Amino acid sequence: MPDAVLFYVFAAVAIGASLLVIGQRNPMYSIMLLIASFGALSALYIQLDAPFVAMAQIIVYAGAIMVLFLFVVMLLNAPQEDAAQWDRTHPLRRPGMGRFGAMLAALLIVQLVWALVRVNDAGTAVGARGDVADLSSVRSVGRVLFTDYMFAFEATSILILVAMVGAVVLAAREERR
Amino acid sequence: MDQATLRFLIQLGIIGLTFFMLINASALLVLAERKIMGFMQQRYGPYLVGPHGLLQPLADILKLLFKEELRPKDADKWLFTLAPIVSVTAAFAAFAAVPWGAETTFFGLLDTPVKLGVADVNVAVLVVFAITSMGVYGIVLAGWSSNSKYSLLGGLRSSAQMISYELAYATALAAVIMLAGSLSLRSVVDAQAGYWFGFIPRWYLFLQPLGFIIYVIAGVAETNRAPFDFPEAEQELVAGYNTEYSSVRFALFPQAEYINMTTMSAVATDLYLGGWHGPFLERFGLGWVWFLVKVGIILFGYIWVRWTVPRYRYDQLMQFGWKWLFPAAVLNLIATAAFILYFNA
Amino acid sequence: MIPLGHYLVVSAVLFAIGTAGVFLRRNLITILLSIEIMLNAVNLSFVAFGRAQGTVDGQIITFFVMTVAAAEAAVGLAIVIALFRHRESLNPDAFTSLKW
Repeated sequence: MPDAVLFYVFAAVAIGASLLVIGQRNPMYSIMLLIASFGALSALYIQLDAPFVAMAQIIVYAGAIMVLFLFVVMLLNAPQEDAAQWDRTHPLRRPGMGRFGAMLAALLIVQLVWALVRVNDAGTAVGARGDVADLSSVRSVGRVLFTDYMFAFEATSILILVAMVGAVVLAAREERR
Repeated sequence: MDQATLRFLIQLGIIGLTFFMLINASALLVLAERKIMGFMQQRYGPYLVGPHGLLQPLADILKLLFKEELRPKDADKWLFTLAPIVSVTAAFAAFAAVPWGAETTFFGLLDTPVKLGVADVNVAVLVVFAITSMGVYGIVLAGWSSNSKYSLLGGLRSSAQMISYELAYATALAAVIMLAGSLSLRSVVDAQAGYWFGFIPRWYLFLQPLGFIIYVIAGVAETNRAPFDFPEAEQELVAGYNTEYSSVRFALFPQAEYINMTTMSAVATDLYLGGWHGPFLERFGLGWVWFLVKVGIILFGYIWVRWTVPRYRYDQLMQFGWKWLFPAAVLNLIATAAFILYFNA
Repeated sequence: MIPLGHYLVVSAVLFAIGTAGVFLRRNLITILLSIEIMLNAVNLSFVAFGRAQGTVDGQIITFFVMTVAAAEAAVGLAIVIALFRHRESLNPDAFTSLKW
């Protein structure tokens, strides 16, 4: 019973915060709300017996990627979307386009939900199979990661190196000689 | 009263006690810092308020509470108030995963022992790391939302510093975790029980001296304390990210800083100094006294270093973190891994 | 015990919100944030399926998705910075000079 209540609370926070993220004019507020959404998702992961993923979500997403976004927004000091222009062009105010887009998004939700609840055992309780202590231990995650998925792990490290070099090169100021 | 409710009440009491002790720690640190600074500078610290100045923190808090709450006109309304809240919440929350005592039945009051600590998480090390890395937001938001150039510069520099030193911090942690074989802080402490040759305690300090030094230096840099406090130094940047803050919002920032110091010291004690293990007292269930002593020693070290050593310039600070500390931490990790493989092969 | 379908519905709704954000918002940063929402939705469904199967594979895939998301956010933001330097604007409609 408390499990279900917690699930609904965190799911509501995650969905509500995400809705607010796409509706905010100021990107700083969007970033803060997205961090709240990530926190709620992290709680959902803990409910799914995945504490390592939950903490990695906070450390990597909420603690690093969002800081990166925050820095870029602060350093660019981009003008907030101009208020009058925002009123003219905001998707939820524009007469035809915005409502059409929102309707398409709702249609996507209906489609995805319909497809997903027809998954074979969508009704079974999550947590029925599998040994909790084994699943939630970091040791088993590490063991599988470094044996079955070793190649992907090494490829990911090269990917991060490439991304690092790429980010530095792309954002570098051109030298004026 | 049956065992279940008694247990629940006692656990609530432990949580309340931990919170209360953290607040007291920050108050005591305010006083301790000024007294120790005074003694190092050949003068008395505060001594007028209360015996030996013991009520000085109370006077400080009352003074701050009575000041006017300012907010610059163009400061972002929500983020300006949110920033100190995030700082202080992250600081307190990080301590929730830190155990500070062994299991105890309170002299037979309970049937099964209860663990002294707010929560016993099986990934406690990651939890502490995750929540302290959320503390960066308090500083970044404070710097940005104040709408002032000193604040922005201080906020950016401070958060860049914190993020850089998180790497060395995590790598030093990883080496200890390899030795202990578990991410749970309680397991790491329990792996340090006992003695070698009967008198040398099995602390990881002796197995990982370089790791301990790296961890402490990274901890000092994470909490923005000297000699890494350039972003908030009075002589350099007015007051850095908290220039525009006053009264209660301001008071929360130093409090968050002191609580962060306490959490770093507590985690260092658990990881390297054997936590609550020590001679004699454990038999009587007083292991937490040793914990307090060890945390106190590390906090004294923090204050000692602050008033002895000149501060680093910001670029020297960043160079040190990236070019010296992080490679040293990686070397430590590799050496520890080799050591474990060799001796357990 | 919560049925698997519930987690999948949350994941679907989050994914649709992310998609709506990518299509409807006219600010590059918000578009990148919406992409992050989509990636998180996918992570949630991976972990849910992994748990339903009783294996740890769902968590491992999530680990890789997070890494890729971090790399992509870094490069994406570098591109945004480079673009901003040219046009002083974060509106995607300002970068349409190649449009026929």
